[in-house]
Amino acid sequence: MSLSHNIPSYFHIKVDRESCKKCKRCTTHCSYGALSFNGERIVADDSKCVACQRCVVMCPGSAIRIVKNESFLPPHGNYTRRIRNILWAQSGNGGVLLSATGNDRPIRTIFDDLLLDACQVTNPSIDPLRETIETKIFFGRKPKKLEFLTDKKDSTKITLKTEFMPNFEIDMPIMIGHMSLGSISYNTCMAIYQASKELNILAGSGEGGLHPDFYEYGSNIITEIASGRFGVDINYLHKAAGIEIKIGQGAKPGHGGHLPGEKVNSLISQTRMIPKGSDALSPYPHHDVYSIEDLAQLIAALKEATRYKVPIGVKIAAVHNSAPIAVGIVRGGADFLTIDGFRGGTGAAPRIIRDHAGIPIELAIAAVDERLRQENLRDEITLVAGGSIRYSADLIKIIALGADVAMCCMPVLIAMGCRVCQQCFRGLCSWGIATQQEYLVKRLDIDVARNRIINLFHSWNEELKEVLGAMGIDSVESLRSNRDRLRYIGPNPKIAEILGVKHAGE
Amino acid sequence: MKWKNYTCLPKQFRNERIFDGCGISGYINIDGTKDNGKKIIDMLCILNERENGLGAGFAAYGIYPKYKDYYALHFLFDNEQSKERVLNYLEDIGYLIQSEPIPTKTPMDVSNSPIIWRAFYEPRQKKGISSDEQVVQLVMEINEKFEGAFIMSSGKNMGVFKGNGWSHEIAEYYKIIDYKAYMWLAHSRFPTNTPGWWGGAHPFNLLNTSVVHNGEITSYGTNMRYLESFGYKCTLFTDTEVIAYLIDLLCRKHGIPIPIASIALAPPLFDEIEQMDKKYQIALKSIRATYRSAMLNGPFSIVVGFANPVPTLFGLTDRKKLRPLVAGISEDENTLFLSSEEASFKRLIIDSNGLYTFKKIWHLKSGTAIIARLDEGLIREGFEEPFKNIKLTVTGI
Repeated sequence: MSLSHNIPSYFHIKVDRESCKKCKRCTTHCSYGALSFNGERIVADDSKCVACQRCVVMCPGSAIRIVKNESFLPPHGNYTRRIRNILWAQSGNGGVLLSATGNDRPIRTIFDDLLLDACQVTNPSIDPLRETIETKIFFGRKPKKLEFLTDKKDSTKITLKTEFMPNFEIDMPIMIGHMSLGSISYNTCMAIYQASKELNILAGSGEGGLHPDFYEYGSNIITEIASGRFGVDINYLHKAAGIEIKIGQGAKPGHGGHLPGEKVNSLISQTRMIPKGSDALSPYPHHDVYSIEDLAQLIAALKEATRYKVPIGVKIAAVHNSAPIAVGIVRGGADFLTIDGFRGGTGAAPRIIRDHAGIPIELAIAAVDERLRQENLRDEITLVAGGSIRYSADLIKIIALGADVAMCCMPVLIAMGCRVCQQCFRGLCSWGIATQQEYLVKRLDIDVARNRIINLFHSWNEELKEVLGAMGIDSVESLRSNRDRLRYIGPNPKIAEILGVKHAGE
Repeated sequence: MKWKNYTCLPKQFRNERIFDGCGISGYINIDGTKDNGKKIIDMLCILNERENGLGAGFAAYGIYPKYKDYYALHFLFDNEQSKERVLNYLEDIGYLIQSEPIPTKTPMDVSNSPIIWRAFYEPRQKKGISSDEQVVQLVMEINEKFEGAFIMSSGKNMGVFKGNGWSHEIAEYYKIIDYKAYMWLAHSRFPTNTPGWWGGAHPFNLLNTSVVHNGEITSYGTNMRYLESFGYKCTLFTDTEVIAYLIDLLCRKHGIPIPIASIALAPPLFDEIEQMDKKYQIALKSIRATYRSAMLNGPFSIVVGFANPVPTLFGLTDRKKLRPLVAGISEDENTLFLSSEEASFKRLIIDSNGLYTFKKIWHLKSGTAIIARLDEGLIREGFEEPFKNIKLTVTGI
């Protein structure tokens, strides 16, 4: 590549020469090779810096700061820096650009345009510090109605005829989304599973198989059957609390999983059952699911294989026709349905898909919930919503829009130390999260990470209770689909109409 | 009384729900003896701290023995045209056995009073749909689509009388004292934000089920959207409508016994469920999971009257008991009374110079149903464990 096509870096590394002790710690901690020692002083290569902040945190003299590269490109409102960078990168390597985490385009977030209701006078709010507020929910399929038989002669003799379907009780309406061992490290997985068990919530395995060390946490793990069928064996089916068929993912609707070969070491090779160093690219569709009836057969096959003991669900990306697809999936026998919005995260995805395909989860959940109600199917299934549930406010709003459970990943990674540098696909994560290199993985202390996840969701659940209390609701079941308690304050009334939410002041 | 807004809310208020505080009362004579309206009027009118003259109503069971096999439709009409249109429509789709004005005592100076009408009606037999279901659909259709018409009640051998005024005015206007019923329900209200409308007063009725309600349902959105899945149309913008339809769904459509339906509306806390025997745990968790959208949240106390299959009076408060409900049973144990305040019972004692006395007056436990049935008596006293006195079998264990 000629110098004239160098892509200007977004960042500039500032090393304060007076505070620098020349201990060289930063050079060993920078996994991207941006810092080195030339015998006299620390030298920084801005073009390699991803602003992951590892050096900043690790420098004993606090000598390093990462700042925005102020070198100014000629301004253009249409050919933004972002677009020019894409064109330079593509003309340099001739390939499909990869990216990680979720869509980072500054598209308006609908969650931020929604406001919550609270009680005043006519009904009392409930004090979560002094009164019980319940956040437990049942994960799985429910019957449409219960059949009770009253004895004809003795009306006190009542029989409940309906048998309860496999449902998993979770203490918070929260699920940690599917991140595979491979995309994230062993230590990260272990911290997530331990935290899920401790909190009694659910975590997804991703499509990377289930390492034998994780079997003991299986009662809180939903394993994922994806188009690559990586790591699927009898334990994968039998050790789990539930199984999810992954049709699509919010970050890359219409695509399968991508795990670059750089991340496939011997541990990953064993659990995924693939050769070391090979790219693990799941086929785009499931090659045994070309239509809805094929999916129904796969659901039935998995139910047979697990003896009808655990819920079987399906995950789809939020796309334009999510609502009718969702109805088909529920009719096809799924016990739970996960919808993943266009801002959903990924360890590696083609940038073009991540940035441009899919629709926001707020609209998708509102549409799916509404359509399932029109077909009188909604209350039979558990509806899981993911795709950038950033903090507890989003969790509360998505439940009020119609979800049973909020699924999230990024907040968990951020809680563990992720700085959102969006380089997961390179396998060089300096925080030991999205990497398989042993010296980097070791940087993530499992106990510390686990406790931080526990703290995070404990605080989300407490905040959920605070809001429920302010709304005068003592159980999260009564928030679900309660759009009456939301108001819209954004610029586009059409959005409010699709959400089924009134404008603020109405 | 307010002589306007009979069959629908004024336009500017149609998008809002009505919040109100209320006085509620009700009683049942267990042996089926019929009383005139004196007692229920006294019980309700003493609660005048709980009303502001913007709505009251009564439901009476057993008042039409002559026509007990036909649906007694109580109507509010704005004018003659809407009356003609509805009655013609009824004749098209079923049989009008009797059609007549309901006797009222309109004050001299009022010229635009509503037309208060009753019709004893039988729908034409249709394959695959019960008469009850036909009448439910008829009520939904007329209340939603026929301008200037509103059906107040649609049960057999019972009726609802309601309007916009103080409770004593409504009692006088409808000549409540002249009706003879074995079960009475009554309601007076203190709405906060609208002038009120006649159809929007309580009791709310669907077939034989009537509900009087004090409180505000914070789960309204959840309950309403659940009911819409089953074809109910919530057009009245009040919480009480939702409660009436939920009870209709659970008890009539799903055939759930009333003590169990009460658990679905106000289930025990999970902490309490975890302490119980496995059988009860499974039953309670099945109820909570299946009917999670039917659970009522927010402050409420309700009194409900049923007539099918056995006439029953039913009272319930929310799980935190944020609205009052007091029970009393007469000395002869033949009459169960429910009211927002003990004052209702005291008034009966004082008015009778102490001749009418109560054997017991007690306060219900939060979220626990009190149920009395015709002939059987008090079957739940309002502080039992969920399955007390029920021999429950759960299939599969």
